[in-house]
Amino acid sequence: MDPMAAIRDVFFQECEEQLAELETGLLRMEDGADDPDTVNAVFRAVHSIKGGAGIFSLDALVRFAHVFETSLDGVRSKRISVTPAVMKLLLRAADALADHVRAGREGAVAEPSKTAALVAEFTALNAGPTAASAPPPASAAPAAAATPTPPPEPAPAPAGRVWNIEFKPISSLYAKGNEAALLLRELGALGRVEVELHTESLPSLAEIEPEGAYLSWSARLYSECDETQVRDVFDFVDGDCTLSISLQAPQAAQPAAAEEPPEEFGFEFFPVTADTSESEHANEAAAEAHDHPEHHPAAVGPVEAMAAKAETASAVSATIRVDLDRVDRLIDLVGELVINEAMLSQRVLEAGLARASGVAMALDELEHLTREIQDSVMAIRAQPVRSVFQRMPRLVREVAAQTGKQVRLLTDGEGTEVDKTVIERIADPLTHMIRNAIDHGLESTEKRLAAGKPAEGVVRLTALHRSGRIVLEVSDDGGGINRPRVKAIAVEKGLIAADAQLSDEEIDNLIFLPGFSTAAVVSDISGRGVGMDVVRQSVTALGGRISIASRPGHGSTFTLSLPLTLAVLDGMVVSAAGHTLIIPLGTILETLQPREKDVHALDSELRVLALRGGYVPIVDVGLTLGYSDQPVEATQSVALLVEGEGRTKAVLLVDAIHGQRQVVIKSLEANYRAVPGIAAATVMGDGRVALILDVDAVVSGTRSDAPREPSLLEAR
Amino acid sequence: MSKTVLTVDDSRTMRDMLKHSLVAAGFRVIQAEDGVHGLEVLAEEKPDVIVTDINMPRMDGFGFIEAVRRDPACRAMPMLVLTTEVDAEKKGRAKAAGATGWIVKPFDPVKLVDAIRRVTA
Repeated sequence: MDPMAAIRDVFFQECEEQLAELETGLLRMEDGADDPDTVNAVFRAVHSIKGGAGIFSLDALVRFAHVFETSLDGVRSKRISVTPAVMKLLLRAADALADHVRAGREGAVAEPSKTAALVAEFTALNAGPTAASAPPPASAAPAAAATPTPPPEPAPAPAGRVWNIEFKPISSLYAKGNEAALLLRELGALGRVEVELHTESLPSLAEIEPEGAYLSWSARLYSECDETQVRDVFDFVDGDCTLSISLQAPQAAQPAAAEEPPEEFGFEFFPVTADTSESEHANEAAAEAHDHPEHHPAAVGPVEAMAAKAETASAVSATIRVDLDRVDRLIDLVGELVINEAMLSQRVLEAGLARASGVAMALDELEHLTREIQDSVMAIRAQPVRSVFQRMPRLVREVAAQTGKQVRLLTDGEGTEVDKTVIERIADPLTHMIRNAIDHGLESTEKRLAAGKPAEGVVRLTALHRSGRIVLEVSDDGGGINRPRVKAIAVEKGLIAADAQLSDEEIDNLIFLPGFSTAAVVSDISGRGVGMDVVRQSVTALGGRISIASRPGHGSTFTLSLPLTLAVLDGMVVSAAGHTLIIPLGTILETLQPREKDVHALDSELRVLALRGGYVPIVDVGLTLGYSDQPVEATQSVALLVEGEGRTKAVLLVDAIHGQRQVVIKSLEANYRAVPGIAAATVMGDGRVALILDVDAVVSGTRSDAPREPSLLEAR
Repeated sequence: MSKTVLTVDDSRTMRDMLKHSLVAAGFRVIQAEDGVHGLEVLAEEKPDVIVTDINMPRMDGFGFIEAVRRDPACRAMPMLVLTTEVDAEKKGRAKAAGATGWIVKPFDPVKLVDAIRRVTA
């Protein structure tokens, strides 16, 4: 790859990180943080983007970043106070900056209309308080006029120009690491130079200051260059020397030149160009933005799920970037290792070696090591959900603006780690759930006020680890699910019978039915025919489950639970009707030995088990999966109390439990096809394939009155 | 022997860009991500010239320059500041902190090498 293209890639990658940093910082400021670290980090993020954009001549981006940066500098220096209005402007600008970056990557220019308005607001913001506290930009002009004007003779003589340069460093020149010889050498780059060293002021050795400056030089430069070029050579040492530069009269351009009285020009070296104040830059940028209406709207591509690992802490600890393929290959190999290790265990067992034999003990050690390697490898892929969470504030702002609702997003648990693949795939469901929470969950501002709630609605996004899974919750403090209306709609759409008796929970779950949409008018936001059923499908495809809890008047909570990794699983090895099955350990609450008197048959198919004062449906696993035609006797079986989606419980009947082990998940769908009731497959120690039970599907199949899913028996 | 340049910048883009330009011009490049890291690198290596950014986390460019100038082993080292600003105030601050010179971003590789040549033997 061409090195510049590679640097460009790095730049855009870095931009994503900086944008994430910016967003995080701004949100912290919104929460009232005004410590210099936060404000500096925010400033730096914009500054870095601007700096990099300059390299790649992304002019529109540079201009916008500059105006933004100027305001942030104002905030940093307390010239601009952070009012809620300013905060909103900064947040919107962060979004616009992100658009600019993405447009830049596509080689387009961000939508000018949006930007222009922001630029104008920034200009007003920058100009407002500035005018009072700082000297207006106009004052720069007189200052420039006060600096010495270029040499008296404006018309340059065509030939034989000779510059006389008197150069006397003071000690600060050397203290800053400058070197007189190098400057004189640099003069030589302009033309032929004759240099004369003056040692008159050199004291005797006894009196000499080791770091004093005693030497001075006179140089005669034969060059057609102009004065600026000569001055440029001494640019760095301005103020650290006395310097005079004069053009020798043309007629006297002989070695024996008329001595000019050495002038002290200590102050002469102000930059000749008037320094433009920041607000003037802003005005220019604003003017330019207005002057170029021909900018084409950006063809902004899909927002890429960049892994923004921008943690302040991670900058400190050493990190390496590794191609994901390599990690995946490692994970595959470790998976094979686990299987091989299991096979070896099996062989040792078959060979009839004692548990305490040396081989068996060494094997235990190996198993332990394998497990540790596996955990470490999986940890490489684990990432905090922060990267996804960081995208949500922007979404909330947009949806809030579209719906005209006031929304505050609270997040918790951004540091919760989960496998990279899972992270990539939760973004869409989460986005949809949050849109849904704002659009349908929260009431309009008027309704909220009427209900005695604060005008600003709260949407809370939480991530946490619970029993080997990651749980994501999206809750709102809105009106909760309007159950009579949901039921009416379901009846109207023919999804349920008009006289169906449904529990509150069952009604809530109706919204997951395909084709269900509660909004009377399909709104622009949650509409598009995509409903919660799609969310549910994509979550289920990940081995996850989604549930809802709602309290009228107090809001709803959607809970999404997903496996931490899609590669391995802790499972209970059981057999049912002669087949080996794996039941995910996370779903098992306890194992039981059912007693005759606790088993009650409701009809020919459904049996329940009396358990601690309640009744739990019984699922005969062998029968449900079609391994056998005859129901097993509950008292002759081992029963496992499992919990599925939405905390619904069931008792699974199996023939026997063979132990517990970690299995490597092999997709059944990818290698064969989707099978109802089966989540995936794995390879056992003896080399045979065992199926992993889809507990959610099996459990939900017991709810015969629930209309949401065809029973597994029908599906077969 | 080729000269060694220490670049101190928190932006990976800028570090890559500096390295690319300097290596092409025959310099050896060592890198640091901020002022604190820069000082750590200086404890190990003595470059011929330092090029540093101003806005950085942990320790900014001004702090870094001052710290280098306080270190007897490094105080005479030429240090160039990378700045996006051309205004006199920023230059003045950099000089007051002890910077040898500056390079205005976005830099052009030729000017970068020129500026380095102007401060290194």
